Amino acid sequence: MTTTMIFAGSGGQGIQFSGKQTAKTAMHQGKNVTFLPSYGPEMRGGTSNCTVVISDGEIGSPSVSSPDIAVVMNLPSFDKFEPKVKAGGLLVCDSTMIDKKTARTDIDVLSVPASALANDNGLSGFANVILLGAIIKKTGLFTLDEFLGLLIGGIPEAKAALREKNEKALKLGYEF
Amino acid sequence: MKTVYERPKALSDVPLHYCPGCTHGIIHKLVAQTIDELGIEDRTVGIASVGCSVFAYNYFECDMIQAAHGRAPAVATGVKRTHPDTVVFTYQGDGDLAAIGTAETVHIATRGENVTIIFVNNAIYGMTGGQMAPTTLPGQVTTTSPYGRDRKIQGSPVRICEMLSTLDGVALAARGAVDSPKNINATKKLIRKAFENQLEGKGLSIVEILSTCPTNWGMTPKAALEWLRENMMTYYPLGVFKDGEAVR
Amino acid sequence: MKGNEAIAEAAINAGCLYYFGYPITPQTEISEYMAKRMPKVGGLCLQAESEISAINMTMGAAASGARAMTSSSSPGISLKSEGISYIAGCDLPCLIVNVQRGGPGLGGIQPSQSDYYQATRGVGHGDLRLIVLAPSSVQEMASLTAEAFDLADTYRMPAMLLADGALGQMMEPVDFSLFEKREVPEKEWAANGHGGKRKKNIVNSLFIDPQELENSVMKRYERYKIVEQKEVKYEEYMTDDADIVLVAFGITARICKSAIAAVRKDGIKAGLLRPITLWPFPKKEIGALADRAKAFLTVEMNMGQMVDDVRLAVNGKKPVDLYTRTGGMIPSVDEVEEKIRAMAASL
Repeated sequence: MTTTMIFAGSGGQGIQFSGKQTAKTAMHQGKNVTFLPSYGPEMRGGTSNCTVVISDGEIGSPSVSSPDIAVVMNLPSFDKFEPKVKAGGLLVCDSTMIDKKTARTDIDVLSVPASALANDNGLSGFANVILLGAIIKKTGLFTLDEFLGLLIGGIPEAKAALREKNEKALKLGYEF
Repeated sequence: MKTVYERPKALSDVPLHYCPGCTHGIIHKLVAQTIDELGIEDRTVGIASVGCSVFAYNYFECDMIQAAHGRAPAVATGVKRTHPDTVVFTYQGDGDLAAIGTAETVHIATRGENVTIIFVNNAIYGMTGGQMAPTTLPGQVTTTSPYGRDRKIQGSPVRICEMLSTLDGVALAARGAVDSPKNINATKKLIRKAFENQLEGKGLSIVEILSTCPTNWGMTPKAALEWLRENMMTYYPLGVFKDGEAVR
Repeated sequence: MKGNEAIAEAAINAGCLYYFGYPITPQTEISEYMAKRMPKVGGLCLQAESEISAINMTMGAAASGARAMTSSSSPGISLKSEGISYIAGCDLPCLIVNVQRGGPGLGGIQPSQSDYYQATRGVGHGDLRLIVLAPSSVQEMASLTAEAFDLADTYRMPAMLLADGALGQMMEPVDFSLFEKREVPEKEWAANGHGGKRKKNIVNSLFIDPQELENSVMKRYERYKIVEQKEVKYEEYMTDDADIVLVAFGITARICKSAIAAVRKDGIKAGLLRPITLWPFPKKEIGALADRAKAFLTVEMNMGQMVDDVRLAVNGKKPVDLYTRTGGMIPSVDEVEEKIRAMAASL
């Protein structure tokens, strides 16, 4: 069983963080995993994307042209990756940032107004985490507890506010 | 019978390849004497460069490494940083140190590496047969400045010690000459000081030594010494440009 | 862990306490990791004023007997080529890492394999070889780094880890204990002060007398011959019954594996030989496959460089086809799949 995921959006939206956290959680499940980021000037404010492959077996290519799951957080990323999602796959959108709808009928769509939810709940900058919560619920790739444990565990205890916000955002998405 | 003079132990008992009248031999001897006096041959590593002194690895009794053209300061850094107990010196000519290796020279000084540089300035490329050096004087004829060095075309000679003396990493920047017994003795003191600085951990010490190249200058050894005094010393004044401890 | 960081940590684990570098994308994480870790393990990470200086500092460290390394990406390796030649000419062991990006010139910063020729043919002037290791996972970034030091010490020659930007930036789990540790010889030749106990050591690559120089090169090539006999490393994947044998290294080999798995589902018998050492190249093994397989396909991220070595190894016995992307483009699994299917159709 292999799951391929692409996360895409603008630099600063936490795209790389989302990918890394997903890869890390899969690794803790004992899965084989690769995380391939875009890098260079792209990291600094332009478009940002990363590819995560999770598998029970050996992982061949870490780069993926048609992912099982595409998570897009802005319009250019929607335009780029929406056509590439594998038939039967899942497209996850931050619908606050993307006013388009897919015309494809062969894929499943999870549309969450993550940025709006973040702003309304004092969680500005945590739209990516809200989306992660929604993805976990939808796909069942991870349990909320195992994902949350690693998410919070990576934050120093001194930063209690940051821990709290991450937890709140993840649960908000999970319960959406 | 009393021995009044002998070859320094740190100088190998082999014939040097230098041309008649060349002052490299004197400078080799001064370095070897210093190594003897300080009793450091067993822990000294010398870095030979590319140029006339390329064979220096055959002439000193300490361990020697032959570096690429201009890169001796980088190689010296590699040795000293990994083996801080060694005493490391480079022996470089003007083309090596002040042209192709300028970046390495400036940056060994900015880092204040605790090593000693012996810089032989004879205002010409000797090994390749008399081409213009970064230190060739204005008007000086060489095979690649056959009408004399023209500042408008080839720029002006570089005064390395003056330039390096502005850098915090430099403990000693001094210029000597080996044209007379008096200057040889003074240069010897500078070389000794440059090695002592290293033993005391003071930072980079560079001694520039004005040297003759009778063969490529097209002069007799005696005339070359006079030319050095009259021309080189006016452009490159002898003296100590910085003496202290590097700011590191 | 990131591939670049895995290289750095593996090097420190392997007892390399001296790193000399200069920032260049996409390998800068090596320098950054070293800068953070080295002071904590009593080592040194020194940022040089240039790639040229960094390789020569590495040479000084190696010449005085220290286990040392430098790293860069393609344009920086060109700058280091002079120093690499001197290091080879002085018979010094060290590790040079090239996290390749697209070229020529300033090129790009995306992953590439276009320094294959440089690494295996022309990494510096003169008759010389490097041991060239090509990892294809973050795990191998670590284990081959560790092995490279031992190989370099064993044969008194520089080793190169030839990775690419994707491997450098990619994250995968890694186990640092996974490598074969060897007994390596004492460095009796090192110039670090004779201590009054031995004759002086000279580390030198200059031999004015041509006969002497020829002798020194011949002697070095005898060692190279042993490396060719004993140190070839490669991986075979589904080659037992393969009609079409793909040859690919590094990240490209993984893409080929995915493509092979896909075409196998449709009954196309494809397999992969992945050279892990690019020098010494697994020519005997490829030659043996040429007796069984019907065709070869080399897949590379350049305009076709390793394919020359594959053709030499196949020696005209079977056709050798080529699929390449370059400039920082990574071939997709689909593209390779399509190429294999087209070849299978015409067999």
